[in-house]
Amino acid sequence: MNKKKFSLGEFLRGNSVPIMFILICAFCIPISGFSPTYLLNEIITRLGRNAFLILSLLIPIMAGMGLNFGMTLGAMAGEIALILVSDWQIWGIPGVVLAMIISIPFSVALGLLCGKILNMAKGREMVTSYIISYFINGVYQLVVLYMMGPIIPIAHSSIKLPRGYGIRNTVSLLNMRQCLDDLLAIRVSGVKIPVLTLIIIALMCLAIVWFRKTKLGQDMRAVGQDMDVARDAGIQVERTRIISIVISTVLAGFGMIIYLQNMGNLSTYSSHSQIGMFCIAALLVGGASVDKASIGNVFLGVILFHLMFIVAPSAGAKITGDSMIGEYFRVFVSYGVITVALVMYETKKRRAKQSLGRQLEEDQRKGEKA
Amino acid sequence: MSESVKRSGVQGKLRSFVQSFGLPRLIIAGFLLLLFIAAPMVGSDLGVQLTNTINRFSWNAILVLAMVPMVHSGCGLNFGLPLGIISGLLGATLSMEFGFSGPMSFVMAIVISTPFAILLGGGYGWLLNRIKGGEMMIATYVGFSSVSFMCMMWLLLPYHSPNMVWGLAGKGLRTTISVEGYYDKVLSSFLQIQIGTLVIPTGALLFFALLAFAMWAFLLTKTGTAMTAVGSNPTFARAAGIDIDRIRMLSVVMSTWLAAVGILVYEQGFGFVQLYMAPFNMALPAVSAILIGGATVNKATIMNVIIGTFLFQGIVTMTPTVMNNMIHMDMSEVIRIIVSNGMILYALTRKSEASR
Repeated sequence: MNKKKFSLGEFLRGNSVPIMFILICAFCIPISGFSPTYLLNEIITRLGRNAFLILSLLIPIMAGMGLNFGMTLGAMAGEIALILVSDWQIWGIPGVVLAMIISIPFSVALGLLCGKILNMAKGREMVTSYIISYFINGVYQLVVLYMMGPIIPIAHSSIKLPRGYGIRNTVSLLNMRQCLDDLLAIRVSGVKIPVLTLIIIALMCLAIVWFRKTKLGQDMRAVGQDMDVARDAGIQVERTRIISIVISTVLAGFGMIIYLQNMGNLSTYSSHSQIGMFCIAALLVGGASVDKASIGNVFLGVILFHLMFIVAPSAGAKITGDSMIGEYFRVFVSYGVITVALVMYETKKRRAKQSLGRQLEEDQRKGEKA
Repeated sequence: MSESVKRSGVQGKLRSFVQSFGLPRLIIAGFLLLLFIAAPMVGSDLGVQLTNTINRFSWNAILVLAMVPMVHSGCGLNFGLPLGIISGLLGATLSMEFGFSGPMSFVMAIVISTPFAILLGGGYGWLLNRIKGGEMMIATYVGFSSVSFMCMMWLLLPYHSPNMVWGLAGKGLRTTISVEGYYDKVLSSFLQIQIGTLVIPTGALLFFALLAFAMWAFLLTKTGTAMTAVGSNPTFARAAGIDIDRIRMLSVVMSTWLAAVGILVYEQGFGFVQLYMAPFNMALPAVSAILIGGATVNKATIMNVIIGTFLFQGIVTMTPTVMNNMIHMDMSEVIRIIVSNGMILYALTRKSEASR
């Protein structure tokens, strides 16, 4: 942030979304009546659960590809890996690590596909990646619902549907539930801190900081700034964009495995469907925009968004006497935040284009006079 | 010599036909044809199948027609269709609340939903005018946020009609409301024709034909031509003295109103008003239907609507029965997801966007 000129108005305008959320939370927390210990506990749990997934969104933003709605692809790859691992009955930390390793080829393949398609749809990456996530969801259902069993061997009937093929609606991951979180966990006055998970997340943050400084990271930023200029500078634009999506997809796969080991069970057909939306909303709540996001945005976003998520239903129930209101309210806020962020990004982009045009016009006029 | 020239001519013609028709469309049409041929062989009645397809066509066609104005004015595919659907739902529920019944309730539902559609469509159009170039993504999320906002409203608005609210609480609308006694099959049963097992809902088809004709005629008027001009070449349109923002706004309002009418027609055929999260995913089938019909992101005709809706609804209705009878496995849902989203992807990746 620029420290030279600090004006309050500018600060408020630049951070309007996080400030709005702080106000919502400040309003809802006393009404909901949750104890601070409970809230802190929940926040730390959710931080460990979600932060890695949200970190996976940063790299495509850096490469100028906007919010990667295709992170759902990585989530699906992670789920397939988890299904296989739980069928092989490998539990605990080895299970989690193995699932991560298995998810890599799936993620890479899906990421390559996604990157290729997005290169064909430059300028509308977001809506395309959004449709890709639906499309691959269909393929995922085809694989999990029909191919697992007859084509991909599934041994244990506990995860198979009674009809003999396909995976049950929920796969229990009880034997690897919170195994990452519990290892090295410490308790500070009733608040459980999953140290290992947080260490993994911290390492990931360091890796992203390091990655920004590498040649590839710099290339990505150049591509994000201006594709044509980057191409003239000798950067392989298409390749760089594909790599950024592949990295994002692989990280999303890891993130999903961390997320699910914390949850302790896998809803085969619905776990991934909302994950992209919630992660993107959380990142935007943290003050990120479509073309700019930092690690700080991730953490602020997780904390504020999930604080709202925890307190909204019970606050809504206390105010209106109907618990569903709060549920709908938080869904509305998630979508609303994304809408507002997208609108702000587009208007900014348009204004920049207009001012550029005006400048060009002025320059021309000056040239004519001279 | 002349022989080879002729053959290459035929081949060229075939190739250009495939190109203009689009390979995915050809595959889908072939698939549907195959289903129709396979249906009697696996023991399902062709008449019943055709009836189902035509019925579903008559329910959905107007929702697909709603895509046309916005595509013409260059606003892209209207992923914000749920906004229009919500105006329709407001019209439907208010018409019931005010105690209209029978065919009158259908007319009143359209009348009541019109101001909502104009208001919401106006706001939506104003928003889309500020963000030219990024319409589709924002449209999607405008749709989503409005649906989730209305979820709260359906609970909070003071509806009282015992046919609509939860029985115990006495307030808050139910998730599905039967339109029996209101406008159930009000169009479908009008002039209904029955030939053996084949039933044709003439009224609903006529209603669609009326709207489609009106749309076709509108596109030939001065304003309609201006709309097409705005969509195909905004710079030229501005040079010709057309108020681009006004035309775009008009197209969005039209699209929203058509969606409102479309959902009412859907309800009269389906028999239920679906509230809460139901409108959420109604945009995607309509979008992919018009794309299957041969539309692109910036070009759509009435013919695209008719062909697309028929093909899409044909596949949706035929696959479950035929597949079930053939391999005892219901893969229709998965096929529907893959086909419809694959089609949208195909359209998005084509380089057909006009320069802005």
